[in-house]
Amino acid sequence: MNILSLFVLVPTLMLLAFIPCREIKQVRTVALTGALINIVMALALLFLFYAERNAGNTAEMLFTYDAVWYQSLNIHYAIGVDGISVLMILLTAVIVLTGTFASWNLQPLTKDFFMWLTMLSIGVYGFFISLDMFTMVFFYEIALIPMYLLIGLWGTGRKEYSAMKLTLMLMGGSAFLMVGIFGIYYATSPTGDFTFNILEIAHNHPIDGAVQHWTFPLVFLGFGVLGALFPFHTWSPDGHASAPTAVSMLHAGVLMKLGGYGCFRIAMRLLPEAATELSWIFIILTGISVLYGAFGAIAQNDLKYINAYSSVSHCGLVLFAILMANHTAMTGAVMQMLSHGLMTALFFALIGMIYGRTHTRDIRELGGLMKIMPFLAVAYVIAGLASLGLPGLSGFVAEMTIFVGAFQHSELFYRIFTIIAISSIVVTAVYILKVVGKILYGPVINEHHKELTDAVWYEKLAVITLIACVAGMGLFPGWISNLIGSSLAYIH
Amino acid sequence: MDTFNYSILILLFPAIFFIIIGLFGKYMKPIVAGTLGTISLSVITILAYITAYQYFFVVGTGADGAYQAINVFHFEWLRFTDTLHIDLGMYLDPISTLMLVVITTVSLMVHIYSLGYMKGEIGFQRYYAFLSLFSFSMLGLVVATNIFQMYIFWELVGVSSFLLISFYYVKPSAVAASKKAFIVTRFADFFFLVGILVLSFYTKTFDFEVLTTVGSPVFASFAGASFLGISVLSWAMMLIFMGGVGKSAMMPFHIWLPDAMEGPTPASALIHAATMVVAGVFLVARLFPIYVFQTPEVLTIIGYVGGITSIFAAVVACTQTDIKRVLAFSTISQIAYMITSLGVSGWGGHEGLGYMASMFHLFTHAFFKALLFLGAGAIIHAVHSNEMDAMGGLKKYMPISRWTFLIACLAIAGIPPFSGFFSKDEILAAAFHHDLFLFACLFIGAGLTAFYMFRLYFRIFHYENDKVYHHTPHEAEPSMTIPLIVLGAFSAFSGFVPFSKLITTDGKPFEAHIDPLVAGLSIGVAVIGIAIAFVMYRKKTSIPDQIVEKIKWLYTGAYHKFYFDELWLFVTRKIIFARISIPIARFDRRFVDGFMNSLAYVTNATSEAIKGFQSGRIQQYAFVYLLGALILIIGFTFSIWQLIC
Repeated sequence: MNILSLFVLVPTLMLLAFIPCREIKQVRTVALTGALINIVMALALLFLFYAERNAGNTAEMLFTYDAVWYQSLNIHYAIGVDGISVLMILLTAVIVLTGTFASWNLQPLTKDFFMWLTMLSIGVYGFFISLDMFTMVFFYEIALIPMYLLIGLWGTGRKEYSAMKLTLMLMGGSAFLMVGIFGIYYATSPTGDFTFNILEIAHNHPIDGAVQHWTFPLVFLGFGVLGALFPFHTWSPDGHASAPTAVSMLHAGVLMKLGGYGCFRIAMRLLPEAATELSWIFIILTGISVLYGAFGAIAQNDLKYINAYSSVSHCGLVLFAILMANHTAMTGAVMQMLSHGLMTALFFALIGMIYGRTHTRDIRELGGLMKIMPFLAVAYVIAGLASLGLPGLSGFVAEMTIFVGAFQHSELFYRIFTIIAISSIVVTAVYILKVVGKILYGPVINEHHKELTDAVWYEKLAVITLIACVAGMGLFPGWISNLIGSSLAYIH
Repeated sequence: MDTFNYSILILLFPAIFFIIIGLFGKYMKPIVAGTLGTISLSVITILAYITAYQYFFVVGTGADGAYQAINVFHFEWLRFTDTLHIDLGMYLDPISTLMLVVITTVSLMVHIYSLGYMKGEIGFQRYYAFLSLFSFSMLGLVVATNIFQMYIFWELVGVSSFLLISFYYVKPSAVAASKKAFIVTRFADFFFLVGILVLSFYTKTFDFEVLTTVGSPVFASFAGASFLGISVLSWAMMLIFMGGVGKSAMMPFHIWLPDAMEGPTPASALIHAATMVVAGVFLVARLFPIYVFQTPEVLTIIGYVGGITSIFAAVVACTQTDIKRVLAFSTISQIAYMITSLGVSGWGGHEGLGYMASMFHLFTHAFFKALLFLGAGAIIHAVHSNEMDAMGGLKKYMPISRWTFLIACLAIAGIPPFSGFFSKDEILAAAFHHDLFLFACLFIGAGLTAFYMFRLYFRIFHYENDKVYHHTPHEAEPSMTIPLIVLGAFSAFSGFVPFSKLITTDGKPFEAHIDPLVAGLSIGVAVIGIAIAFVMYRKKTSIPDQIVEKIKWLYTGAYHKFYFDELWLFVTRKIIFARISIPIARFDRRFVDGFMNSLAYVTNATSEAIKGFQSGRIQQYAFVYLLGALILIIGFTFSIWQLIC
């Protein structure tokens, strides 16, 4: 059995295991066991990947497996991973694990919640291992549908509205995407034996320039909606604000990365000519995303809205860097995906924990939490410092790689846009420090808050795991950068 | 080089102790954390002195008679491209060795002093963890082997400063000050980062060794490159200098420093007086060969920024009543001296007098300014207030503080034989021979410095009035007075260090003489300043009020720091927040999101409108069918009729 298929199989078995569960304890046991198995497998995969590379296997994708799925359209269940997918799988495993801890006491319908969450993780894992565009989109849709129910049923605030909006906008995006992918599919061969296989297209069937020109915008937009590309980002603030903690974590931490990863695998890999020629349009849009999200975050009062706009800004940077189409910037883009995934999951976990205690996310009603819940407050400061790019934490290495890489672009236009994107580091500092100063520092505003308690063990476990990852990446970025870089050999 | 292997510990110790105290501090007794931090600092102070001794006197000058730069160790931390990578390492040359000595000495004094000053404070362990973090960051900054390492530690220094200013995090003013300090310096760092990127885009390297080699070929690639009519290299060096403007609190980015006094006083002494704020000076000194050979016009700008800031800050300092604010503006003014001095320097031998003088002043200033702040801390501790009005006549209660404070005041005023005289005199001499306008700024500034420092001194220790203290002020405890005495000795005697033999532009020692004319002028103006302060403030008189009446506009302006804070507040609150952020947030909700929602609405409305088509009513279907048939028939007939005709 191929190790990669296990990442789809284990969650599927978990789904079955949930069915007989009657008590919340059993549900937790299954969820935690599954998440632990996945993280062990992800680490094993990383180890095996290195072993294989050291053994001299220089193939672009390792652990490949191919099975015909639907003969007449030549759809395959084709899987394989490179360094980038390995890291994304690792990220997913970490966030699913911490998300499980963060929803330890979730009520009601705990079983159903975890089943949908597991369903979502099947989609995400499947997406990251797929090499066949059709299978990829198939898993992508699997990941989207549970989102509707997770937000609509377990959310807060205007949950039905947000769930509907999020699903419709992402579905709209995938409509563009489908058209783009079919466009590519029908251009793969003049004789009629078309293929969806990414590697095959990239190596043997270069797409015709004219087709590239109309499919690139469709694919980039389609995935861009998920990556919160301006002006298609508006699902993000509402969606995140309404979603329950673990869903926000998983959504912002992993699902939004599907957008960047898809652009990377399909738009940039298969349509390089159009990517070079049309990138300026999207550079402008992503440049706007980066600054617009940051400025938008300053004016918000809801913690989740602040973080959602901040995600627009940070994910905008991912797409921005991908479009630069050089080795360094793209390495930075993947690092930013990892970094943002960890950071934002940490943020949403902490916001969820604070909300669970104070029952408000409005920064005007919070204050002086540092005295009341020092653990959560210190963790929030660390998350904030990571987000504003403190050296030694993950944000810094990712952003710097992007900035240095983007600035190597030979055209002045791109370099000027890089400078504009860099200016976001100042704006980020403003909204992060605004929140830290308002809710953590200062005097306690609400007398009732004085009786609140600090984090309990499972919350601490989630937070410490994420902080360890953020700090680990920030202190030892070399191996991650190399792992990503070695998977980008096809870019000069 | 093997000789210096132990120097690595200077970086490792504070880093390790930061982690230990930071993670496990809450399980320690406060005194344990404090002692651990102090021991670690003592060890690295000794190591720093050994390093300096070995560097200057054992290894000494090389074959060409110049001190050599030594790359003690370095390793690649993060690779961007084949040529651009961040290395972490340790680079010893005269100025970084000098900085090691300065930072460790002042930091050790602050560690010892804080054992007494911070006793009983909540968060004592946290305070010592932050001090270790700060020491680590600052040491890492000065020994950086490349400009990106410098940027990394530059940011870390900024964060340590943020953490220490917001130490009393329950106080809203401390929180506001910490935010301001971080955001203002972040804004400047943005320019610094862009400058680094532009510089490295052309030179393809971050490495100081390559960048600062005289006649380095890497600058050839800048030939002809210009942007908006100014050469790109000038842009880059200007942008990099902007980073220094932010950290060193030069105009117009000085606004954060006076507010930074919200932190604990010993931390102010360490960060906002002696070490962090000289980072900008150090940055210019580090890149000095590029400034002087490639972009002399930027160096001129640097000189003028310094000159104007020095006199501006000196004027403001004369009017402030919070003693820490007086010291803060005095710091801005003195750092500006160092910056100006670099701006008027040339290269090689006596031409490079300004460079040497700048480093010399950095050295002496660190001691006397730390002493002033620690002395101020002892006074604040005794009278529980920062305001001058709460003080007066303290000389009989606090003899040690008084005498050491007096030494520091004499040193900063430039009275021989105290240390400040020697370094300031070299700066004035360098300016005198280079640019008379800048000399005038610095010269007037020197008079004002003497005046406001002795205004401070007389107001605190003399100024006999009928003040009654709630409880008699008493001298501080030994852990606080010992650092005062040590720093007092440094302030008195560090002027005798033969700097021109150690730190020069090209590494080769030269003979520096005291210029009798300049020395005479500077002593004269200092004495006048002290004399005026003596007349006005030794006893309570009505002279100050009369003078204020006469120059009310100037006094009010200076008292309000020439409204720079208000200007910045206007820009951030009224323009960035109210005119950019809020409109963007509204635009996003109303238009962008509104558009998406209206898409959904239109879809919905369309389907509502057309759903009636499938009503299931046979009559309606029949009607539509007949209507369609009729239209087809008419169209058909019409086209046939046209064909026939």
